[in-house]
Amino acid sequence: MTTTTPQQLTVTRTTRAAAWLRKNLFSTWYNTALTIVFGAFILFVLFRLLGFLLDIDTTIIRVNLKLYMTGRFPNEQLERLWIGVYITSAGIGLFARAIARNAEVKALDAGMAIDHAGWQSIIRRFWPILVLVAIILGFTQTPLPALLTLGAAAIGIGAYVSGAALPRAVIKRSWLIPLVGTVAFYLGVAGFGGVGWDKWGGFFVNIVLTIAGITLAFPLGLMLALGRRSTLPVVRYLSVTYIEFLRGVPMISLLLLGAFALGFLIPGDQQFSLFIRLLIAITLFQSAYIAEVVRGGLQSVPKGQIEAGQSLGLSPWKTMRLIVLPQALRNVIPAMVGQFISLFKDTTLVSIVKLLDLLLAAQVSTAQPEFQAQGLQAVTLPFAALFFWVGCYVMSRESRRLERKLGVGER
Amino acid sequence: MTAIDTPGGTVRPPFWRDIRVIRVVLQVLAVVVVFGALWLLGNNLRNELIRKNLPTNFDFLDRPTGVTISDSGFDPGSPVSAALLAGIKNTFLLAIVGIPLLTILGTLIGVARLSTNWLVAKAAGVYVETIRNIPPLLIIIFVFNAVILQLPAPNDPATPFDWFVISNLKIVGPSLITESGAGLLWIIMLLGLIAAVAVGIWRTRYSERTGHPHHRILIGFGVVVVFAVIGYLIAGNPIQVALPRLDGRIITGGFGGLGSYFSLLAALVIYTASHVAEIVRGSILAVPKGQTEAANALALSGFQRLRFVTLPQALRIAIPPIINQYLNFVKNTSLAIAIGFAEITLITFQAIGNGYPAPQLIVLLMAAYLVFSLTISVMVNILNRRLQLVGR
Repeated sequence: MTTTTPQQLTVTRTTRAAAWLRKNLFSTWYNTALTIVFGAFILFVLFRLLGFLLDIDTTIIRVNLKLYMTGRFPNEQLERLWIGVYITSAGIGLFARAIARNAEVKALDAGMAIDHAGWQSIIRRFWPILVLVAIILGFTQTPLPALLTLGAAAIGIGAYVSGAALPRAVIKRSWLIPLVGTVAFYLGVAGFGGVGWDKWGGFFVNIVLTIAGITLAFPLGLMLALGRRSTLPVVRYLSVTYIEFLRGVPMISLLLLGAFALGFLIPGDQQFSLFIRLLIAITLFQSAYIAEVVRGGLQSVPKGQIEAGQSLGLSPWKTMRLIVLPQALRNVIPAMVGQFISLFKDTTLVSIVKLLDLLLAAQVSTAQPEFQAQGLQAVTLPFAALFFWVGCYVMSRESRRLERKLGVGER
Repeated sequence: MTAIDTPGGTVRPPFWRDIRVIRVVLQVLAVVVVFGALWLLGNNLRNELIRKNLPTNFDFLDRPTGVTISDSGFDPGSPVSAALLAGIKNTFLLAIVGIPLLTILGTLIGVARLSTNWLVAKAAGVYVETIRNIPPLLIIIFVFNAVILQLPAPNDPATPFDWFVISNLKIVGPSLITESGAGLLWIIMLLGLIAAVAVGIWRTRYSERTGHPHHRILIGFGVVVVFAVIGYLIAGNPIQVALPRLDGRIITGGFGGLGSYFSLLAALVIYTASHVAEIVRGSILAVPKGQTEAANALALSGFQRLRFVTLPQALRIAIPPIINQYLNFVKNTSLAIAIGFAEITLITFQAIGNGYPAPQLIVLLMAAYLVFSLTISVMVNILNRRLQLVGR
């Protein structure tokens, strides 16, 4: 052990590699057979995929990139969307700093070590997003979007750094940041003579529908979950009926209801826009699922907590608000992310009732005169799939990370 | 309960702080608010339907639909209700074929993810992480447009081995047709089944008496096969393979379906299997390690360990969420609307397009799914209760 020559090192390394191969690929005769058959199959698939990727003509994506991202958003107002992007990145920077600061304070209070997230861990966690942004920028026709994106990154980092100067009161109420950010975003994009969200489209509309759908459905879902756990039989039965009814039907039936039947419920010829009607349908539908998620969280709070509240002389409402809900909602975060992911995927359903989201944009672009009947859906649909894959993959990994951190299911 | 004894006597709280009164008032209030809102909306609905000269009841179900269902010989002049029933039948056709397929595929991939073979485990992992993070609707449209529609046109289909006729409209394979003497075969098969059950009972008793392994499934299956072979020989080739034949654009004989049917089936099976795979993997991992170690300590073989120790416990955890995935599969068949396969959602959509009142039709659509979902969830609840009794 004391004298190891370089030669010996290489020998052990090769034997280690051989041992790894033997253990993981060729341990028994059927494992060897599996490896060979599977390896051949995988090589074949990779070969075909590579051939396809080298062969495709991406003109359709270059020409239609704006359609995919924002639908028919007026060209002369595109700078409003960049303002929106800047507001978003500033908000994310500030919010991330505030959360990190809160975690630090908590760790200090508990006398635990502070774990600093380095930029390597950020890249490891969010590499799919970086790759997606790089791919999108690769398809732009001018260098301007790349510069603007770099600007957004700079603003995000700047906001994170300057977030240290935020007053303690704001950091403590970190939820204020996304709230103010959302209002500022809406005003920046749609306020002061901009086009409202019924004219938004493309991937932008998938994101907006997801965030707005979950945010609007949450209060309703919380009420339904509390109603389902209520000791008042009438309230309980009404909640159960609503939840089970909506969980029993497919989302597309709700969207059809929003698109074709919601107008009958409002007297007169005045109509909400398609976007609003679909958002109402999505909110109603999601609230039933969120109610079940929140119910899971409420059930995870031990009964002793409620009894402790009662023995302190708190009213039922105060017990719920000060003791049960904070614990229940914290436990529910990973499941809420799961719900968010599933809604994100389901927002593509609005394409069926002809709201121009990313999926519909990917389809209509192949019907343009210069691109039609060339089988280009094989190019545009995987491109659209990449957007959803990146979003869902990153979120599901973050949710698993959060789950580990919160220790859900370990206590 | 509510009366409080004080030195001065019994004091009752005022009625507005009496919990019994509050409970009643709250519940009455909930009923009034909910049913009031429903009444208001119903009233609006009725007025608007009348204003737009649409029927306010369900009598339109007897009127002709004008809906065409390709490849079914469905008469567009038949009533709306018949079209809806035809749609339900097509939904069932998807569910009956898709559910076994996705169970098999999902289980295979889930087990593969736990394989000791690095390559197999990684490939299964990549499959799951790729597919379940893509919207199912996108997969359906991709399979339909980029795979099925790229097949040869219906007037010049591919006919591999003369066993299949494949075009972008329809895919047909060989079917089995029964000839005279099939009745005799069925009777002999039935006798074989009875014999198999009898042998199975005998083997079980034998096993209980002696402690030897019973192998009842294996032996019973063998009995059925023996009877089937004998019956087939006695009845004289009663079952034959019929190949699809092509006359111009018309395919006669054989067994198959529309391209849109296969797109939907393939896409949804691929998508749902990725979720089932995760459930299977999670359930196997959830069996405590001590169980495996105990099985090893008893010197059970690898197969015995899986068959008698790990799988029975894993299945108990896996079955309820897997049935939930079956429900999701059936609900996702409604996405057929995007590629034009005539199941109930598309029929509803077309009937709305033909001027029939949307509110009633959508209520019927929801009711159809609801009946199905609630039946399944009642069954899951019963199953859950039984599964729990077995364990603790």
